[in-house]
Amino acid sequence: MNNKYEVIIGLEVHSQIKTKTKIFCNCSTDFHSQPNTNICPVCTGQPGVLPVLNKHAVELIVRTGLALDCTINKKSVFARKQYFYPDLPKNYQISQYELPFCEHGKINITVDGKTKSIGITRIHLEEDAGKLIHDIGSRQLDYSLADYNRTGVPLMEIVSEPDMRSPQEAAAYLESLKNLIEYVEASDCNMEEGKFRCDANISIRPFGQKEFGTKAELKNMNSISGVQEALSYEVERQIEIVESGGRVIQETRTWDPNEKVTKSMRSKENAHDYRYFPDPDLVPVNLDDEFIDNIKKNIPELPEARKARLINDLGLSEYDTNIIISDKALADYYETALNTANKGAKEPAAAAKTVANWIITELLGKLNNSKLTIKESPISPENIGKLVILISKGTISGKIAKTIFEDMFKDNKDPEVIVKEKGLVQISDAGEIVKVCQEAIDENAKIVADYKSGKKSAIGALVGAVMKKSKGKANPQMVNKTLTELLNK
Amino acid sequence: MELTKKDVDYVASLARLEFEEKEKENLVKQLGSILGYIDKIKEVDTSTIAPTSHGGTSENVWREDVVVKSSQETIDALFKNAPEQDGDFFKVKKVMELED
Ligand SMILES: [Zn+2]
Repeated sequence: MNNKYEVIIGLEVHSQIKTKTKIFCNCSTDFHSQPNTNICPVCTGQPGVLPVLNKHAVELIVRTGLALDCTINKKSVFARKQYFYPDLPKNYQISQYELPFCEHGKINITVDGKTKSIGITRIHLEEDAGKLIHDIGSRQLDYSLADYNRTGVPLMEIVSEPDMRSPQEAAAYLESLKNLIEYVEASDCNMEEGKFRCDANISIRPFGQKEFGTKAELKNMNSISGVQEALSYEVERQIEIVESGGRVIQETRTWDPNEKVTKSMRSKENAHDYRYFPDPDLVPVNLDDEFIDNIKKNIPELPEARKARLINDLGLSEYDTNIIISDKALADYYETALNTANKGAKEPAAAAKTVANWIITELLGKLNNSKLTIKESPISPENIGKLVILISKGTISGKIAKTIFEDMFKDNKDPEVIVKEKGLVQISDAGEIVKVCQEAIDENAKIVADYKSGKKSAIGALVGAVMKKSKGKANPQMVNKTLTELLNK
Repeated sequence: MELTKKDVDYVASLARLEFEEKEKENLVKQLGSILGYIDKIKEVDTSTIAPTSHGGTSENVWREDVVVKSSQETIDALFKNAPEQDGDFFKVKKVMELED
C-alpha cells in the first residue's frame, strides 16, 4: 500500500425498485419473462403516448431516502436525458436532474472496527434501458438483438459524496447500502440480475493537497468484490502514472474481470452532452406531509432498531447480534427459527441463544464451505427451530444433534423424522442407565481403582465408555450422576 | 446568439443525423430564427418568477402499481412499427463503444 497519496472514491449505485409494474406504464417488471413480452406503446416509445408515474415507486424511493437520513424534496420534477442508443427506444431516458426526490443523506460504515459516516448527495428516480444481445453463445453477431422487457423498469440512482478513502471503505459502503435497502424492502438488490449496479469515480492526490486529482470513472463491476478489485487496480495505476511524471486523464474505464485490469473506453468526446430539460409529458410531483408521514410510520424495522431489540429483548450478545443483523435475510432466518423453537421451549431466553449458536457456528460455517448464501440454505429455519426443541426437551444430546444436523444439511429432512428413523432418542431411563454404567465399571477396573485412590477426574474416562456403549444416546447428566453414585457406594 | 454551421453539425452528430450541405445552410437559417425568437422572450424580466417545468397547473398525476399485460395484437403491432425483427427480438444496428 501507498502512504504518499490519498485515495478519493465516490460511488453511483443503480438499484432496481421493487414494484410490480414499470415506472411509467402498466407492463410487468418480471425478470424471467420471455423477451419482449412485457412491452407496450409507452415503454417502446411509440408516437403520441403519455407516461403516467407509478405511485409505489415514489413511495419506495422516499422510504429509502428516509432510511438514509435524507431531506425529502416535496417538489420534484422529471427531466429528459437525451442519448441515442438502441437500448433506449425513445432516444431519451426519463430521469431527474434538478429537484431529485431525496438529497443530503448519510450512512454509517464500519471498517476494521472503526465507524465512519458516508454522505449521500442525492437519490433520484429514473427508468432503466433495455437489454442488447451482441452474441449468441460464442458467435458474434454483426447486428444486435434488443429486448425491451427491462425498458422502463424503475431505478433509483444513489450518488454518494466523495467520502471514501480506500477500496475497502467502498466495499463496506456497498454492503451497508445494500443491506439497508433490503431492510426497507425497496429492492431485491440481486447483483447477478443487475438489480444493484455500481459505477465508481476515483482519483488520488498527495496527502495535504486540497484540490482533488483528475478522476477516472469505472464501469462494468458486477459484484462488490469486483468493485474493490477494480478500485485497488486503479489506485496502483494512477499512482504509477503520477510517480513516473505523467498525468491522469479524465476518462471512463471498464473493468475486465478476467484480465483483472481497467481499460480505457474511447468514447466520442461529445458522448456526455445529454441536453437535459424538464419532461413536458410529466407534471411535477408535490408530496404533502401526510404522504411522507405515512411512509415514515410504515417503514420496516431498520438494522439499528433490530439490533437493539435482539440485544434488549432476547439477551443476545452484541457480537452475535452484529453478525445476525448484517444481512436482512439472515436476521429473518434467525427469527423464523427462533419462533419455531420458542413454541417448544421451556425458557424462550435460552432458546434465543441456542438458536443463534446453531446458526452462527454450525450453519454459517457449512454454508460458507459450500459457497451458499443464507437464502440458499438447504436447511429451513423451521427445522433448525425443531432441532433446538429436541435438544431442550432432552430428546437428543448436543452431540447427537450435530450428527442429525449433518443429515439435515443434505436434504432438509425434519430432525424429528431423522431421530425416529435412526433410533437416536436419548436414553433417560434410570434403570437402563444404571445397567450400562455398571457394565462400564466392571469392564474398567484400572480406571475405577484410579478414581478410588483419589484421582476424581478419572470419572471422565468412564463417562466416555458409557457414551460409547450407548452409541452417544445416554443422557450425559444422568450418566455422570449415576456413575458417581455407583462408585461411592 | 448567432447560430453557425458548426452548431448545426454538432447537434446533428448528437442526434445521429446526416445532412447535405444545402440542408445545413437551410437549418442554420431556420434554427437561427427559432433561437432569435427565444432571445426575444428572454427580454422579459423573470427574476421574481420561479422556474416552471410544465405549462399546466396539475400535480401528482400517478397510478397504482397494477400489472396490465399487452395483448398479442398490441405486441405484434409494436414489432410491425420496427424496421426489423429476429424471432422474439427487435433487430438493430450494432453500436458498440470502442475499447483500447
Ligand atoms: Zn410498457
